[in-house]
Amino acid sequence: MNKFIETIIEKSIILIAFSTVAVLFLIAFFIFKEGIPFLAQYGLPGFLTGSTWLPGEDKFGILPMIIGSIYVTLGALIVGVPLGVGSAIFLVEFANKRIRNIIKPAIELLAGIPSVVYGFIGIMVLAPWVRINFGGSGLSILTASIVLGIMILPTIISITMDSLTALPSVYKEGSIALGATTWQTVIMVLLPGAKSGILAGIILGMGRAIGETMAVIMITGNAIRIPTSLYDSVRTMTSNIALEMGYALGIHRSALFANAVVLFGFIMILNTIAILIINKRSK
Amino acid sequence: MNPKFIQKIASVALGTAMLVTLSVLIFIIFYILYQGLPIVSMEFLTTPIRDMGKSGGIFPTIISTFYLAFLSICIAAPLGIGTAVFLTEYTRENTVTRVIRFTTDCLAGIPSIIFGLFGFVFFVIYLGFGWSILAGSLTLATMMLPTIIRTSEEAIRAVPEGFREVTYGLGGSKWQSVTEIVLPKAFPGILTGIILSMGRAVSETAALIFTAGMSLHTPVSVLSSGRSMAVHFYTIAREGISLQMAFGTAAVLIVTISIINISSYLLMHKYMRKYA
Repeated sequence: MNKFIETIIEKSIILIAFSTVAVLFLIAFFIFKEGIPFLAQYGLPGFLTGSTWLPGEDKFGILPMIIGSIYVTLGALIVGVPLGVGSAIFLVEFANKRIRNIIKPAIELLAGIPSVVYGFIGIMVLAPWVRINFGGSGLSILTASIVLGIMILPTIISITMDSLTALPSVYKEGSIALGATTWQTVIMVLLPGAKSGILAGIILGMGRAIGETMAVIMITGNAIRIPTSLYDSVRTMTSNIALEMGYALGIHRSALFANAVVLFGFIMILNTIAILIINKRSK
Repeated sequence: MNPKFIQKIASVALGTAMLVTLSVLIFIIFYILYQGLPIVSMEFLTTPIRDMGKSGGIFPTIISTFYLAFLSICIAAPLGIGTAVFLTEYTRENTVTRVIRFTTDCLAGIPSIIFGLFGFVFFVIYLGFGWSILAGSLTLATMMLPTIIRTSEEAIRAVPEGFREVTYGLGGSKWQSVTEIVLPKAFPGILTGIILSMGRAVSETAALIFTAGMSLHTPVSVLSSGRSMAVHFYTIAREGISLQMAFGTAAVLIVTISIINISSYLLMHKYMRKYA
């Protein structure tokens, strides 16, 4: 093949390689283009701290949704982190290879289950349980926390497992040789060694929880108010966008894009922190 | 306290965490299949939706899902594999690769509702595709890129350096080494990433509602609207249209996802054995 064609191919591959850069740029550009003019007009502080969302009266405050997102995300971490980190430690340090080989694909399957199915299980199984035991409608922060906690398990488990297995084996051997039990080794040597990787996994899990939409719409009840208890219904930023985008027009639509800008900001901050932690480790 | 005793308590506690995780998975799968499989029949799979989903089958949603998955792969695979080839074969680690890697990682973390909004303003309105299979597939393709890039890159890196050197030694060009040696060797690994991305297309909802639309009909061209199985399931489950139909659709979804996951796992396993 001649040199000329080689050069053309090389140039096209370089062009293709910028597709993710282009996509990320386009996403940011189009979301901001629709959202920023609204924010400039309405005022960012009023948008972020206003607690009334009444599109009919041109009142757009997303504080209840921000609080809703934060509550269900924290709830998801309280459920998902102990289960996820515990499962990962068990798989890496306590289970034998055969058990690991069976369970790893199972966890990948857990990641593959559509979020609408998780939401459905939430409605059918969990919400009635919450309703009977704690009162309310059952569509609540508690229900969402449990479902999201389960949904972020695969992310937390796989990244925790990766960071535990990436530790040099001499750490573990040294500790065992000094007479420590497996558990003492885990607590005193392995967890401190892998803590930044585990943290990155938790942050990525947070990103998943805060960005989850369909499951959350199905199980939180979507009431726009600042919740006062675990059994209250809430609306998250993602649900707000998905629920109203279908019929929103004019300024209402721009307000939803502004809401997406805020969500985008939250996610980019979380992602960047997680990526920086992971990159620092791999160096 | 005695360290041996603590060790026992710890292993029981950690084992319980593992058991809880596993039982949740098993519960979800069995619950859906137990309730849903009795509803799934040949008729359910091959007849159109009737009464907004109260009765009839899910045939149009199966076709839409298939079109969306197929078309999005056709768009995302060349871009993703091309990026991976660039990162592994055509450059060294530098600022450019760092920027590409960073944006790829960022893209992987962006919630599907944001992709949905983007697809809506860009593909549906700005480019004028309307609610269509094409707009939905393009949106899905942007979401799949990170997975395809990462798995392809890993697979390409696993091809031993010597293979490339032999090609050069025989007078082959860079492109010849890529197309005739590297990509064929890395193919099973790349395919795993593609299959996993298909799973994402099958299970996606938020990004498709605003891009592929909610038409109940079987799409006839890439510009027709069509609801995927997951979108159909969401509509009938959330609006309480029919619990029976919802369980049936969920069962088909779970079976499809399981087949996709198991085949990618088996492929990966076979591939790893070949190189290890």
